[in-house]
Amino acid sequence: MTEPQQQQWTETIESDHSLFDLKLKQVWKYKDLVYMFVKRDFVSEFKQTILGPIWFFINPIFTTLVYVVVFGNIAGLSTDGAPKVLFYMAGVTLWNYFSACLTKTSSVFRDNAAIFGKVYFPRLVMPLTIVLSNLMRFGVQFLLFLAFLIYYMIKGDVQPNIWILATPFIVILMAAFALGTGMIFSSLTTKYRDLQMLLGFGISLFMYATPVIYPLSSLTGIWKKLALYNPLTGIFECFKYGWLGVGDFSISMLLISSAIILAILGVGTLIFTKVEKGFMDTV
Amino acid sequence: MLALKAENISKQYRLGQVGTGSLSHDLNRFWHQVRGKEDPYLKIGEANDRTSKGDSDYVWSLRNIDFEIEQGDAVGIIGRNGAGKSTLLKLLSKVTKPTTGKIFTNGRIASLLEVGTGFHPEMTGRENIYLNGAILGMTRKEITRKFDEIVDFSGVERYIDTPVKRYSSGMYVRLAFAVAANLESEILIVDEVLAVGDAEFQKKCLGKMGDVSTGEGRTVLFVSHNLTAVKELCSTGILLDKGNLVYSGDIEQTVIEYQKNSLTKSRYLHEGNLESAIGNENIRVKEFTAVPITGGLIDINSGIRVKIKFFNYKPNINLDVTFELRTFEEVVVFHSGAVISINKDAEAKEYCVEFDISKQYLNAGNYYFKLIFGQDQRYTLFSCDNIIAFEVQNIKLGLNTHVLPGLLRPNLDYKIS
Repeated sequence: MTEPQQQQWTETIESDHSLFDLKLKQVWKYKDLVYMFVKRDFVSEFKQTILGPIWFFINPIFTTLVYVVVFGNIAGLSTDGAPKVLFYMAGVTLWNYFSACLTKTSSVFRDNAAIFGKVYFPRLVMPLTIVLSNLMRFGVQFLLFLAFLIYYMIKGDVQPNIWILATPFIVILMAAFALGTGMIFSSLTTKYRDLQMLLGFGISLFMYATPVIYPLSSLTGIWKKLALYNPLTGIFECFKYGWLGVGDFSISMLLISSAIILAILGVGTLIFTKVEKGFMDTV
Repeated sequence: MLALKAENISKQYRLGQVGTGSLSHDLNRFWHQVRGKEDPYLKIGEANDRTSKGDSDYVWSLRNIDFEIEQGDAVGIIGRNGAGKSTLLKLLSKVTKPTTGKIFTNGRIASLLEVGTGFHPEMTGRENIYLNGAILGMTRKEITRKFDEIVDFSGVERYIDTPVKRYSSGMYVRLAFAVAANLESEILIVDEVLAVGDAEFQKKCLGKMGDVSTGEGRTVLFVSHNLTAVKELCSTGILLDKGNLVYSGDIEQTVIEYQKNSLTKSRYLHEGNLESAIGNENIRVKEFTAVPITGGLIDINSGIRVKIKFFNYKPNINLDVTFELRTFEEVVVFHSGAVISINKDAEAKEYCVEFDISKQYLNAGNYYFKLIFGQDQRYTLFSCDNIIAFEVQNIKLGLNTHVLPGLLRPNLDYKIS
């Protein structure tokens, strides 16, 4: 037998680990698993439906129609002069992505308890999968948005500008925000599920605190200042400003959003990796 | 080279439901942590004995376990239900963390606590091989390289592009095991997954695992209740009981320890005080012994005298007592008894029953008695597993010195012509 001093260990399993050991390297090793999970989500989603991926379109179209009728026509909210259909569709497409990511991420431990209880892989893989799977859905819905956009451009109603190039960046920002918040919620709800209740209706209320169905320009005074602390404000305004050419947008808004989101993502990842080792006992 | 080393690992679980009660404990624990003190609930906790009601909400599923495993060893982990086997595997496979202690590992660990983890019913066999492989830690490249081998091993080639929900349960398991068995890892952890599939496939799995440890020099940890399989496959063993490591070493010895451990060893039961004797409101057993008729040790030629003294509290019934003799492998040798009364005239008094098991009747081995007291030869008044046990030693009989196979070793009344 080798002397213990000479023994090399590749890994140590223990109760606690250093707070900042995020094991991101390990997550990278499991990148193929992320790919397989995303593929699984995509393949399995519309198995045995006749319309298949067309359902991706039906959701935003109907939601947009309802918003146009309720918020645009009945309530008469301003759209900053952009065509109502495009304005709401932009909001719905972005919001759908955010809320889907957040909802799924926040219950990731509970939803996957069966698989987490049987095999180890970096738990961070699951939230990443959720964000990426939903990104595909977002992509499809975004194409729908583009189709409508082109129609209105030909009619001459909208003028996209250079800010459309920021779209990938703001989508990543939004994903990071959903990921960070979702991870915080999921970590805090492994034992006591009370927060999950809060999140349930919190998300739908949060939509009204975000310029989804109204433009930022319709807010004044204290409300506008408060809205600027919502990281989603900058994202939504930037998106609408770029593609529809309307809205109150400045680059500082995007910077504030980025800073807040980075902080939340960092905290979320820390808490998540702290919790992931032992959550199976309480979930 | 060591492949794995466990240092003083323990795992505590809290019983009961999560609610306000657990919240107060959590707050208390947090408060201790803030002040830099030790977790107050680590000091309490009881051994994990599920049959008796305990005082504490905390149990130790594993307590202060230390062991080392050499590279290339096949280690069988055995113990009764609730001994902590699965908890140990969960810790080793990082599904959950130890409460205290450390485990050092050398090399990639693949754990098979279940076959087919993450299989998606809607996806085809091919897709599931990739998915399951990835979950178990393989890269797509590795899986592609091993793909043919996996399909070949599973024997479901024809269905490989069919969704697995159309598979028979046997095919499903075959495919799942095939993926796991072809994992590239230095340490393989397997939890009783072999209890699936048909006999032929089980044999194939065992063979594969044997290859893995002896042929490829990988380390295998195997949990099973199937002692034959454990013995066949493993070279060393770890015996757990109520969360403690009772024995570790050579597999044969571990299995023997387990069998001894799980059953009483004593040939005698004497209880002077009737109140504390084994029994219930109907019957109390005062004395129960098995001794060799000829004196000395019990061997195949000594014969065994069994004697029981018990107190019957229920008068005016039809009382009987049944002795069920079993081997340590749970094979029933006989189930026979003494009828004490048939005219509803049993008395509330002490009875003594004695009988002999003649010589050259039982073969060498370990046996124990199960006792059943009955009423009207139909209802159980009291029954009790393994109160006493005994070992029948082998001795030289005739020209034969070895232990012969079989439960019985009868002296046949034969004629030669």
